[in-house]
Amino acid sequence: MPTFFVNKNRVDISKDVPGDTPLLWILRDDLSLTGTKYGCGLALCGACTVYVEGKPVRSCQTPLSSLKQGSDITTIEGLATREAKAVQSAWEKLDVPQCGYCQSGQVMSATALLARNKRPTDADIDAAMAGNICRCATYVRIRAAIHEAAKSLA
Amino acid sequence: MNPSRMFAHLAADASPPLHGNGDGLTRRTFLKVSAGAGLTLAVYSGPAAAQSAAGKPADPNAFVRIGDDNTVTVIVKHLEMGQGTFTGLPTLVAEELDAAWSQVRAEGAPADASRYNNLAWGPAQGTGGSSSLPNSFMQYREAGAAARAMLVAAAAKRWNVEAASIAVKNGVVTAAGGKRATFGELAGAAAQEPVPASVKLKDAADFVYIGKSFPRTDSAAKSTGKATFTQDVKLPGMLTAVVLHAPRFGTRAKSFDTDDVVGVAGVRYVIEVPNGIAVVATSFWAAKKGRDALKVVWDDTTGFKGSTSEIFDEYRRLAKTPGKPVRNDGDAAKALAAGGKRIDAEYLFPYLAHAPMEPLNCVAKLSADRCEIWNGEQFHTGDQMAVAALLGLKPEQVVIHQVFAGGSFGRRASSMSDYVLEAAAIVRGMAKSGKRDIPVKLVWTREDDMTGGYYRPAYLHTLSAAVDANGNAAAWQHRIVGQSITEGTPIAAMTTKNGIDQTSVEGASNLPYAIPNLAVDLHTPSIDVPVLWWRSVGSTHTAYSTETMIDELAFAAGKDPVEFRKALLADKPRHRGVLELAAKEAGWGSPLAPGKAGTKRGRGVAVHESFNTYVAEIAEVTIDASNAIKVDRVVCAVDCGVAVNPDVIRAQMEGGIGFALAAALYGKITLKDGAVEQTNFHQYQVLRINEMPKVDVHIVASDAKPSGVGEPGVPPLAPAVANAIAAATGKRLRTLPLALA
Repeated sequence: MPTFFVNKNRVDISKDVPGDTPLLWILRDDLSLTGTKYGCGLALCGACTVYVEGKPVRSCQTPLSSLKQGSDITTIEGLATREAKAVQSAWEKLDVPQCGYCQSGQVMSATALLARNKRPTDADIDAAMAGNICRCATYVRIRAAIHEAAKSLA
Repeated sequence: MNPSRMFAHLAADASPPLHGNGDGLTRRTFLKVSAGAGLTLAVYSGPAAAQSAAGKPADPNAFVRIGDDNTVTVIVKHLEMGQGTFTGLPTLVAEELDAAWSQVRAEGAPADASRYNNLAWGPAQGTGGSSSLPNSFMQYREAGAAARAMLVAAAAKRWNVEAASIAVKNGVVTAAGGKRATFGELAGAAAQEPVPASVKLKDAADFVYIGKSFPRTDSAAKSTGKATFTQDVKLPGMLTAVVLHAPRFGTRAKSFDTDDVVGVAGVRYVIEVPNGIAVVATSFWAAKKGRDALKVVWDDTTGFKGSTSEIFDEYRRLAKTPGKPVRNDGDAAKALAAGGKRIDAEYLFPYLAHAPMEPLNCVAKLSADRCEIWNGEQFHTGDQMAVAALLGLKPEQVVIHQVFAGGSFGRRASSMSDYVLEAAAIVRGMAKSGKRDIPVKLVWTREDDMTGGYYRPAYLHTLSAAVDANGNAAAWQHRIVGQSITEGTPIAAMTTKNGIDQTSVEGASNLPYAIPNLAVDLHTPSIDVPVLWWRSVGSTHTAYSTETMIDELAFAAGKDPVEFRKALLADKPRHRGVLELAAKEAGWGSPLAPGKAGTKRGRGVAVHESFNTYVAEIAEVTIDASNAIKVDRVVCAVDCGVAVNPDVIRAQMEGGIGFALAAALYGKITLKDGAVEQTNFHQYQVLRINEMPKVDVHIVASDAKPSGVGEPGVPPLAPAVANAIAAATGKRLRTLPLALA
């Protein structure tokens, strides 16, 4: 039986869940963690971004069978680092979201960026965030909010 | 997103109108609808109030609810799809109530056109045409003012003082002698007070909220994954449906084989729906695997088998002959023949998908006496009627629960209720075999969403125009060819006049420039590709042809494009106002800083009014040696009357510019033998953060009636970019999406 730690909680996945089931749908349908969104199913839009062992992955293209036993998975619901808090505060302060559907993924990617780069330039931000589509095009504010979060962490 | 302009006409034509156009209290009365747990206020039109007086039980739905816990909940009648209704409408209530922003909450209204109708549309509830804020502007302020008056009356009694001596500020009610109460402390007593027959609204000089930028009410939930979209609705016993849709528009299933489906773990039902076969299962993945295992034989006799190239060939043929006249000033044909400098142009606009981040979905549950719907609901009344008709229910037996929409851009305002009806058809199919009371979430995959039709129509325009020997714009002959968005829908009667669907020509038929000889005509071919409004509707294409052609005329006349436009806008002060503001802020007239070696840079302008909001945009572009187009910066000036929340206005301009740039650079849906060729974001490319220009938004100070901002940022972007490309390269691009050969 596959066992993981999702947001630090132990989760045992029934052996009846097929191995080709994407992590996205296990999170959403089985664990009711709906903060992680379905957007494209092909790792093209980034709405489903979660961390596996601390690294951002597209959960729509991460089948159950690819996950190592005991994997440490973090979703937007379990995001609690200093960087995450700074990102979410900046998102609120600058009113980044419009429709909001992609923003869980944006926050996950932005937090991962700040965890490895304390002072990202616009070019760094563009490179790190280009996999996350926002159809409302909140990109101007995403850039500004990442700078804002970096400032608050300095 | 249907144009408010059209619905405003409808309301004005109705005799007698039930409502004004949102700028008066006419016959509207307030009704207190519940007491005890706080104060709840509803606002009714005259007839509804009369019904209530006749003993109809009061419904707990309302516009404002003040709880004993000191929360002020504003029930928002419009969908929040990103454009800010959950902030704008509460702002109006908070203003007149003198609430503290921290105590204000927003909640989506259910479907009930008797009180939540869009005042710009007459008797229908729905969101579109950038009408949410303008139609609610007085209504929600009045609701706030009435609630405030009742709190004051309750305090006056409690403290035995004159109401006039009581002050309300920032959510606290006070009187001389240190008397002080919160709204929560007064809510129960206020509910016992009579509802004021009329209320006095604040003077603009006393505004505390309107004109300031208070934070969005939904940012926290949307930054933490807590906001609930249709995709996130979870109900006891809920199943998920995925539909195998017909491969062509108009095709139906002849037969289907479920042998391989029944073996898929989790699959519960397979149900035929009008446009395909639905597989209903315990999870999305089970339903999707069940769909993959389905074998369907399609009856293709009625399916659409055309291709985009054939459609444009047909449109080009049609464009050689005059269409139905839309506007005729002077004699355009004669003026064109009179000499001067003449330009003849043909413009091609592709089909466009909306592609909101949340693919379409809808939850439905059918019980013996009603159907419940959970949906990011944009056309409450239309969907309610359509579902009721399908299921043999009365409209009020269709209960719609509102949730956030993960974008729409017009797609959830389906005039044919397509995806909502599909969800209803699934639960109807289940009910036929006795399976009632089971909620089913219909989930369209991204591929379903992108290939499922209801596109911004493809259009072909021809435009011939001329400047005379003195460099004055003398002639303009504009022909538009393309499908009607509303033909065959319940909305056609409202949008079509003398055979002209106004949504096909808006932005061209009301060209603001003073050109003495001007003709516009329209061909409306019928093509079996489902089409729909797309953020800014007719202006998505008319702004492009008109604003690039006026630019070409300026160049032909040897005049500055801003000055040339201004001279033709002598009696259009609001167009001129945004144009001048954008030009000033962009440094128009000063040279653009050169780019890197081997690149060319250019600056271009466009101005356009849509939905009574005036926007000018100036784009700065860089063209590199490989002819790649990069938009570096866009300066935007907007005049939307009273700016209720300037930061939300800026956000809508920024987002509108990015959304429009995606279409300008990449947007294109094509069909081959009836099949849509783009299925996901790898083929239907959209804008990413590295392509987003810097955006500077400037708002014209105004005390005019507020107008909407969700759509008007879109139209000027593509022509401004094209004009900038022309300034940089001398090349005039007339086919969308834009590409330099």
